[in-house]
Amino acid sequence: MSHAAEDTAGAPAILSEIRPAVKPRAVLVGHGRSFSWISNKICGIAEEKTPVWWWWCFIMACIVASFTVAGITYLVATGVGVWGHRSPVNWAWDIVNFVFWIGIGHAGTLISAILCLLRQKWRTSINRSAEAMTIFAVVCAGIFPVFHVGRVWYAWFLFPLPNSNYVWQNYRSPLEWDVFAVSTYGTVSVLFWYVGMIPDLATMRDRFASVGRTMRARIYGLFAMGWRGSSRHWSNYEMAYLILAGISTPLVLSVHTIVSFDFAVSLLPGWHTTIFPPYFVAGAIFSGFGMVLTLILPLRAIYHLEDLITQYHIDCMCKVILATGTMVGYAYAMEFFIAWYGANPYEGFAFINRAFGPYWWAYFIMISCNVVTPQFFWFKAVRENTWLVFILSLFVNVGMWFERFVIIATSLARDFLPSSWGYYSPSIVEIFTFFGTFGVFSVLFLLFVRFLPIMAVAELKAVTPQADPHAGEAHT
Amino acid sequence: MADRPYGLIATFATPGAVLRAAAQVRDAGYKQWDCITPFPVHGLDSAMGVGRSRVPRISLVGGITGFCTGMSMIWFMDRFDYPLTVGGKPFFSPLFAFPVSYELTILFTAFATIGGMFVLNGLPMHHHPVLHYEHIRRGTDDLFFIVIERADPRFNLETTRSLLARAGGTDIAELAP
Repeated sequence: MSHAAEDTAGAPAILSEIRPAVKPRAVLVGHGRSFSWISNKICGIAEEKTPVWWWWCFIMACIVASFTVAGITYLVATGVGVWGHRSPVNWAWDIVNFVFWIGIGHAGTLISAILCLLRQKWRTSINRSAEAMTIFAVVCAGIFPVFHVGRVWYAWFLFPLPNSNYVWQNYRSPLEWDVFAVSTYGTVSVLFWYVGMIPDLATMRDRFASVGRTMRARIYGLFAMGWRGSSRHWSNYEMAYLILAGISTPLVLSVHTIVSFDFAVSLLPGWHTTIFPPYFVAGAIFSGFGMVLTLILPLRAIYHLEDLITQYHIDCMCKVILATGTMVGYAYAMEFFIAWYGANPYEGFAFINRAFGPYWWAYFIMISCNVVTPQFFWFKAVRENTWLVFILSLFVNVGMWFERFVIIATSLARDFLPSSWGYYSPSIVEIFTFFGTFGVFSVLFLLFVRFLPIMAVAELKAVTPQADPHAGEAHT
Repeated sequence: MADRPYGLIATFATPGAVLRAAAQVRDAGYKQWDCITPFPVHGLDSAMGVGRSRVPRISLVGGITGFCTGMSMIWFMDRFDYPLTVGGKPFFSPLFAFPVSYELTILFTAFATIGGMFVLNGLPMHHHPVLHYEHIRRGTDDLFFIVIERADPRFNLETTRSLLARAGGTDIAELAP
């Protein structure tokens, strides 16, 4: 920084005093690792012999996933009445779980799209696995509304396909908007994930080919589309990636906005609020980052990825959780304020009931997990304690599930007329089905870890210091 | 003709070396040539004289198509083909048709962008001559290459080879067609 000092040498002393502090650039790849070290490290995870822990985890995940299969099979064979829904609570765990899983997915798109547009280079270490998380979370989310329609073999009625009733979908309903939002979200997430993976699949193809594993090389090569790293290709590729990031940003914001419209467009006190779209989006990102940490920290420990997921990455994620968690806390407070300020007795009752009514315990869990938990991340010592970060990330996941439960169940359980009040508790079938989705998610995630490059190899190489073509030259 | 090479390939060890060499090849007036890099090297586009990508134009067409598809689909279904009376609301309004059209804009843009990228890149192509070069596998790992094609009007085995050597390329080899 000697030239900076020279620039201000002739200036009045006060100017040199207020010169902004020069902060060292964060190290994104520790220990100055080389390009081939990165390829070996990441591709090696999928190339090595299947580790024993993987088989144990996979078997466990399959057993857990079988609960969803059992729950759904029983539901299809018997009827949707096997879930605990009854008037006045006709939406409960199914929609809670749907919003919960969709929300988790949002951090993946945030990391891959919004942080790409904001040139946050730390995203490169975590974007691949976060995008995988998005896709698998959308898969889990989709299970609930599809089976809640009752006769699941008619679920295709949701899409604008000609049917024998000659009636089309009602596009005035937010539920139909949701169909388009979620299916577009799932599709674009898969495309974004896949396009990002093409150069890395080519790397894996070439590595398998050079050790003579032709079958694997062919399969990976098929999906790599014959990628050869041509600069003319990279030019179009980078532009396409940037555009995908550019369109995924409004997409991710719109998806949770439309999910919140499912509630906000109704006239029910507690749902009918304009704060819902931004509040839902902040909550979704909050919960998603919680899940990213829950998944990344064990992976980092198992595969010794400390040079690629550094303390700086964990710090950044904790700070995002802190920021979005505080936003969510603000939204909780603002809902109460508006309920009082709006002077609508039904609205006021809905919120008093939410905090002090029969579901007070759910509200208490929600506040302690979502508002109190992230505040620990103000402290550097907490952010640097990996175990503590992991445990707090679990609390975030729990808290965000309860947020959706509080919003949905408490608002419905106390209807306008006290004669129609009820209390909802889930049936065993619902509990099975929800519990099993964690298995479905884990099965998919374990397969991802086993067969695909879990980090963006090419992007990681591009953020190393030696990737700068002017490395070692003096900047003028 | 069969034994005439597809072109010449030279190896470079660092992004800086391939960047400087690319500028020399560009200045020598070659058009039909390419760099092979394991990741997008910053500044290589301009060093090669490659212009701005045309992918955004295709994306724009996709986006407009998506929005028009959404609006006209909803108009056709709920206003024209089977007017559906729900709560006395209008049969068609761009306001309630907007969320679905918005999502379709994004969906169609995504497909157009990726499809456009593949078409402009000429992918998938699993049997390109470059892929048959014995050391090319490190081009997706840690080495950098410059390929000058015979199809280029300025291509001459001797002068092109010496240009690549002057530019700092090593292991200069002929590519089988």
